[in-house]
Amino acid sequence: MPFAIVLKISFSDVDLAIPPYKPLLEWVGKNSLAIKVNFNNYAFLFTDSLYLHAFANSLKVAFLSTLMCLILGYPMAYGIARARPSLRNVLLLLVILPFWTSLLLRVYAWIGLLKANGVINNVLMSLGVIHEPLTMLYTPFAMYVGIVYSYLPFLILPLYANLEKMDWQLLEAAEDLGCRPWQAFYKITLPLSRNGILAGSMLVFIPAVGEFVIPALLGGPNALMIGRVLWDEFFANRAWPVASAVAILLLILLVPFMMWYQSVQARETAGGR
Amino acid sequence: MNYRSSYFILTCIGIGFAFLYIPILSMVVFSFNASKLVTVWDSAHSPTLKWYYSLLNNEEILDAAWISLKVAVINASGSVILGTLAGFGLARFSQFRGRFTLNAMTTAPLVMPEVITGLSLLLLFVALEQLIGWPAGRGITTMTIAHMTFSMAYVTVIVNSRLATFDTALEEAAMDLGARPVKVFFVITLPIIFPAILSGWLLAFTLSWDDLVISSFTSGPGSSTLPMVVFSKVRLGVSPEINVLATITLGVVTAMIIGVSLWMARRARLEAA
Repeated sequence: MPFAIVLKISFSDVDLAIPPYKPLLEWVGKNSLAIKVNFNNYAFLFTDSLYLHAFANSLKVAFLSTLMCLILGYPMAYGIARARPSLRNVLLLLVILPFWTSLLLRVYAWIGLLKANGVINNVLMSLGVIHEPLTMLYTPFAMYVGIVYSYLPFLILPLYANLEKMDWQLLEAAEDLGCRPWQAFYKITLPLSRNGILAGSMLVFIPAVGEFVIPALLGGPNALMIGRVLWDEFFANRAWPVASAVAILLLILLVPFMMWYQSVQARETAGGR
Repeated sequence: MNYRSSYFILTCIGIGFAFLYIPILSMVVFSFNASKLVTVWDSAHSPTLKWYYSLLNNEEILDAAWISLKVAVINASGSVILGTLAGFGLARFSQFRGRFTLNAMTTAPLVMPEVITGLSLLLLFVALEQLIGWPAGRGITTMTIAHMTFSMAYVTVIVNSRLATFDTALEEAAMDLGARPVKVFFVITLPIIFPAILSGWLLAFTLSWDDLVISSFTSGPGSSTLPMVVFSKVRLGVSPEINVLATITLGVVTAMIIGVSLWMARRARLEAA
């Protein structure tokens, strides 16, 4: 009986989860003269600099956003992990809460803040700091803010889970032995939280590469992200094959990172308890 | 172990939480603003509930919310069933063939960029329709199935990690006393992992309620979900009604999360006693 369940699960799983791996095959099956046209699509992607540019830009944006998340999120995760246990859960809840409210609405909140006559400009102008409204919306700056804002909880949670298990006596020992706090952090906390950092960064980096909503709403027309290119090819140009080719390339690009994430996760659970 | 934190850490936590919450709070405040210019505070007529009335009379948004609710409830219930089975299989039967594949397949959707998942699911639906004539056209059904593919992954992870700390002696005792495996599952296992299943349900509901990208790919004419309507409205510019919607969402989510965590804390106390 239990094996029957497992068998059933494995089937339902294959049914449900396999599509992300072979969208191209679906398309090939749909179109009988597919394979040759197929290569043309890829050739097209490589000859048109727009696509390569979009790929490169997505990687850059995702990398920088991950870095910024890390700079902001590491001290937060560290602080939460070192807080009193009763306070810890409250702080953690506060980190998770924005994640449960709609992403779209949170991005929308930034539009209200960053607009030319938005909250930030109004406050700064009434304080007399600036006299002309700053242009912040529809710039790369707005896009970075949006991505960092949306993905910050994804970085804090795994990092916190990792730091929580840490033995803080190690730090005290280091200080007793004459380490300065920064040195102790650099030599002990940082290496020990390596898996948490990697897992959190992957959780930010991988989805950020393919992000569509945030660049579309905050980034303005110049924000060339591959998720947006795919969306436009699909919905605006109705070029399904090209969109599929873009998706495949994106997938090929991201699979190594996903596998890396898997192995980090495996190590974390193995060494965790 | 001591809980002292340096001023540096406290400052970082402060900045981090300000960053997470200022946008949300600004939306709440401006939802009571009378002016149609969303971010310019009209002190003569505010606070007012006028946009709340206007939202509750907006047919387009209400229809979309109804569709979103239907999809989210069906999705959450379906993914809880499938996800619990998969999580159970992963946690309990460590030596079946394809375990690694199943593991990888359940976690892949967690980090997969949504544009890829959405596009490939749509192509799968199209191919299926041509092969076996089902699903005929796209709409609520396809959207729900699509949502289940990624929500299920989250449920699986939650249930799996809960089962990792499960004391199997309880099940063995029940079986020694003559209970059949199915009965053991429903009488012993299910009640104990119920909190994990509940969090899974809530998470699956939220993910589906919030999803824009995958819904856009897999929905058909006449089945626009709430995020799709909000997205098209936000693209055209800000609207006070969206602030109201955000405030209501935030209120419901906060109440739900606080309720569930209080309930779980109480349950944990009862179990300990």
